[in-house]
Amino acid sequence: MRLAVVDTERCIGCQSCMFACSRRQQEGGLARSCLGVKSIGGMERGFMVIVCRACDNPPCAKTCPTSALTPREGGGVKVDITKCIGCGRCKDACIIGAVFWNDEINKPMICIHCGYCVKFCPHGVLKLEKTREVKH
Amino acid sequence: MINHYLPSNILHIDLSNNKFWIEKRQDLFEKYIGGTGIAIQLLQENCPKGCDPFSPENPIVFAVGPLTGLFPLASKTVAMFKSPHTGNLGESHCGGRSAVAIRMAGYGAIVIRGISNNPTYLAIHGSKVHFRDASTIWGMESIFTVGRIIRENEPGSGLRTIMRIGSAGERLVSYACVTTETYRHFGRLGLGAVFGSKKLKAVVVSGKRSLKIKDSKHYQNLYDEVYNSAVNSPVMQKYHDLGTAENILPLNELGGLPTRNLQTARFENASKISGEVLAQEYLGRRLACSHCPIGCIHIAALREPYGDERYFYKTSMICYDYEPMYALGTMLGISEPEGFLKLMDQVEKRGLDSMSTGVVLAWATEALEKGIITEKETKGIKLRWGDYKIYIEAVKLIVDKSDGFYNALAHGVEYAASKYGGKEFALSFMGNEMPGYHTGPGAHVGVFIGARHSHLDNAGYSIDQKILVNRKHTPDELVENLLKEEYWRQILSSLAVCFFARGVYIADIVLKTLQTVGYDLTENNLHKIGEEIHREKYKFKIREGFNFDDFHIPNRIFDTPTPIGEFDRDFVLNAVKIIKKKMS
Repeated sequence: MRLAVVDTERCIGCQSCMFACSRRQQEGGLARSCLGVKSIGGMERGFMVIVCRACDNPPCAKTCPTSALTPREGGGVKVDITKCIGCGRCKDACIIGAVFWNDEINKPMICIHCGYCVKFCPHGVLKLEKTREVKH
Repeated sequence: MINHYLPSNILHIDLSNNKFWIEKRQDLFEKYIGGTGIAIQLLQENCPKGCDPFSPENPIVFAVGPLTGLFPLASKTVAMFKSPHTGNLGESHCGGRSAVAIRMAGYGAIVIRGISNNPTYLAIHGSKVHFRDASTIWGMESIFTVGRIIRENEPGSGLRTIMRIGSAGERLVSYACVTTETYRHFGRLGLGAVFGSKKLKAVVVSGKRSLKIKDSKHYQNLYDEVYNSAVNSPVMQKYHDLGTAENILPLNELGGLPTRNLQTARFENASKISGEVLAQEYLGRRLACSHCPIGCIHIAALREPYGDERYFYKTSMICYDYEPMYALGTMLGISEPEGFLKLMDQVEKRGLDSMSTGVVLAWATEALEKGIITEKETKGIKLRWGDYKIYIEAVKLIVDKSDGFYNALAHGVEYAASKYGGKEFALSFMGNEMPGYHTGPGAHVGVFIGARHSHLDNAGYSIDQKILVNRKHTPDELVENLLKEEYWRQILSSLAVCFFARGVYIADIVLKTLQTVGYDLTENNLHKIGEEIHREKYKFKIREGFNFDDFHIPNRIFDTPTPIGEFDRDFVLNAVKIIKKKMS
């Protein structure tokens, strides 16, 4: 299963998804959030919704020097936080900015594609899909 | 009480000395919850008695609540300051990303005092506070450009608020607003002018923290309950669908829609500028404040040709809501949606409170019509109902304070009428221009006795429409009903949740959500706290010279019939007497 963005134009910027992600991890606030919603240079232009695309051959894992990140079956990565040294290479390797950083613990925050956030998107911006729908 | 759930850190900033420090005030949050409750305490502590609103001593207090960043719809920041518009308690609420950003930066409140030597903007990123030189953006014509520049200059995209003022604030127009995220405002009572007096162009706040909760499973379940009740509520759906603009037609039908300076309460062209028309013809996008799944913010897309070249267009994205549509629409007799939107855009660009601006322009139009002023005063500007182009020019002259007359308008309608006459149709209550409800005594008395003279203090318009249409109230009964609502709203604004979510945050939910952050309260406790906060606000007002015996009542509100018939001056005076007795 993989988290996907259906249509960013439907996004009203409420960020309920970001709070949901933290809540799934037994916290309030936003430090642990693994997805991001921000305006495209001003609210009048709408929003970008940044989520992990579950790459087949994820650059973030390739660059991890301690194998804290390993490719996950079906795409994306698994994070073994005990192995992570907080170097931040994974964050730099993700060109869409989907490796979020938790400054409080100095570790990456990466989506596990659980779909908890989807339940809290009031306008159908996000969905959980079985396989990648590749559009040519 | 277990205290590490509360946002007890107060960030103090001294603009005169470029200093900042943090004060722990768990005591305030324990006793007064947050938002309004703690803001009035911080105001009393930090604002010296009798201080000039434009002096360095006048503090700006921003406060959020213990639910901010934890529960949906806890999306508001409360600002308190001494108002340059009324010379008394200034309280204004704003959403956008402001509340979540302040909490995520690690604070429950921010107190700003002093006056900067040079134009400055503050950049607060978590525990770091930067005093940035804003000389380059001071005097810039458009507040939109200011927002763009700061956006490019600061980190924290998606996690920040950018509160800024326009030229109205810089030039100390007493009803200048502070704008956040382009479309939300600390609109009323002149916070923008207080920013301007401090040479403070903007405040950026960002952060990304974790918040602890007592019992995560319980928290998740309770969150779901609140969230589902919000997204499934028909009332909240109304705010999402047409938004507050939905009010135009029913209020007009009722005969409670102030039109042409309240010479009538029905607008013959209401159907041309209704919420329905704006949605069908212009609605381009809907937005939400941070942590609000509803999204009541409605943005119109206005496409217009430049005119000097073929196929050369611009598209402006302009926010609309009921109150600006009343003030800059029906109150000025404007029946073209495009005209209203263009005027709104100008008011936004300069950073004025749209409500006060509309009422001021309406008074000036009637004064000119009646010959109380002439074109000599207006500098040849022929103010005329419905002529939005002329109103756009007048807005520029007000912000420029270009001469005696426009300088008077820049101080509000009560001040202007005291200079030029026409008091009987100067529609302000206790110094603040009227909101868009002529529904009956509930609306007007509510604004007179409300602690911040806002229709949102106690929703008197709702009492008119729900109760008084069926049976009359004595002044005693009315005041009792208004106060009951106003006490409860102190709790809501201390949490600080959006008033639109008042149907979601009923007492039971308030108690349960507060439990998750360590409060152990009963409903009775809540009512007592609400009453006490209200009393504290009045204490400040009385300390600052608020006078129950000497105030202006425009005759116009008695002359134009309301949907529930007539009421008179004595009714208002009696109501004020009752509140005076209660508050003394």
